[in-house]
Amino acid sequence: MEGLISLAVKAIFVENLALSFFLGMCTFIAVSKKISTALGLGISVMVVQAITVPANNLLLNYLLKPGALAWAGFPDVDLTFLGLISYIGVIAAMVQILEMVLDKYFPPLYNALGIFLPLITVNCAILGGSLFMVERDYNFAEAATYGLSSGFGWALAITAMAGVREKLKYSDIPDGLQGLGITFITAGLMAMAFMSFSGVKL
Amino acid sequence: MSQTKKEMLVDPLVDNNPITLQVLGICSALAVTSSLQVSMVMALAVIFVTSFSSFFISCLRNQIPGSIRIIVQMVIIASLVILVDQILKAYAFEISKTLSVFVGLIITNCIVMGRAEAFAMKNPPVASFVDGMGNGMGYGLILLLVGFIRELFGAGSLFGVTILETVNNGGWYVPNGMLLLPPSAFFIIGLIIWAFRTWKPNQVEEREFKIQQVEAH
Repeated sequence: MEGLISLAVKAIFVENLALSFFLGMCTFIAVSKKISTALGLGISVMVVQAITVPANNLLLNYLLKPGALAWAGFPDVDLTFLGLISYIGVIAAMVQILEMVLDKYFPPLYNALGIFLPLITVNCAILGGSLFMVERDYNFAEAATYGLSSGFGWALAITAMAGVREKLKYSDIPDGLQGLGITFITAGLMAMAFMSFSGVKL
Repeated sequence: MSQTKKEMLVDPLVDNNPITLQVLGICSALAVTSSLQVSMVMALAVIFVTSFSSFFISCLRNQIPGSIRIIVQMVIIASLVILVDQILKAYAFEISKTLSVFVGLIITNCIVMGRAEAFAMKNPPVASFVDGMGNGMGYGLILLLVGFIRELFGAGSLFGVTILETVNNGGWYVPNGMLLLPPSAFFIIGLIIWAFRTWKPNQVEEREFKIQQVEAH
């Protein structure tokens, strides 16, 4: 249990997907203009992440790993090379389901997220979470914790960023730096701030 | 076709760069650029994947039903990325270790998907191939630029060959360690964008909020 909490803290702060691995930057920059939209997107990322990482963990352990197919009578089969394509398949399906649910039950949120909902499929944070899970060889409980907390970390980062940007639009920024440029520099400063968490252990 | 092939290839380099203007594919641009060699491999991999995925998707564009197009595009892109991944593992194992998950993340690189969706679905194969390649190169250009700055000033070397002799090795150059840390990539890209937009003022974004000039009394 302690291991899991420490993993969660690490995934939220020290190894924040957005600010220390730069995952999901496209949407991070593009959708962080207003706190309400950023929060909505953050929550959907968190939900998708919390479902897909454990789902991909099961997929890896029971279908893809060398020897994983022993239950079906193929102990020698190694399908790990199909990993990328199956993870992205799971992710795409999850996003499609989430999109339909939002469309039916939360139309305002659906309208606000608009074009970015399909883009969650291509949000690197989601696939990145699954790939890190594979690379670090998490078991199911760890994968579930990691999925939820890394999604939370990402949501935290994008909401904080949106907060900064809402204030930032009132400041006098040089023309060339307006918009995208200053956003990058702000993100850099935030990333430096998050680096100060490194070394924190529970 | 209003644009010629050459324009399609050159246009995304500066005038319509995927990173600085379209805000696509930034993730990997930041994470893999701490050395020039890795940036170069990454840039080549992305150019390969964008051009061929645009080509194949465009070949199939009349057969793909609209409702499942994202999945079909994903499958094509993922197959190409698996190809790149396996080739790197076989012939450049060290580099593939350094790139770790970022080769897999080419799948979710928005440039690939964005070009497939915005261009390849509507245009013939050869044009899509050129467009994909141009955008891949625009991406590669920024990647190499950032990689160049970070490796030269952060470690005093280029492609692992020492250019500026660092103090640790008895030279004169005190390396700027911060450039090897992740946040520096944000600053460098921010500054590159600033430079691009000073050079091409038509790329400057509209202010959302104008500060009124009050006359001094």
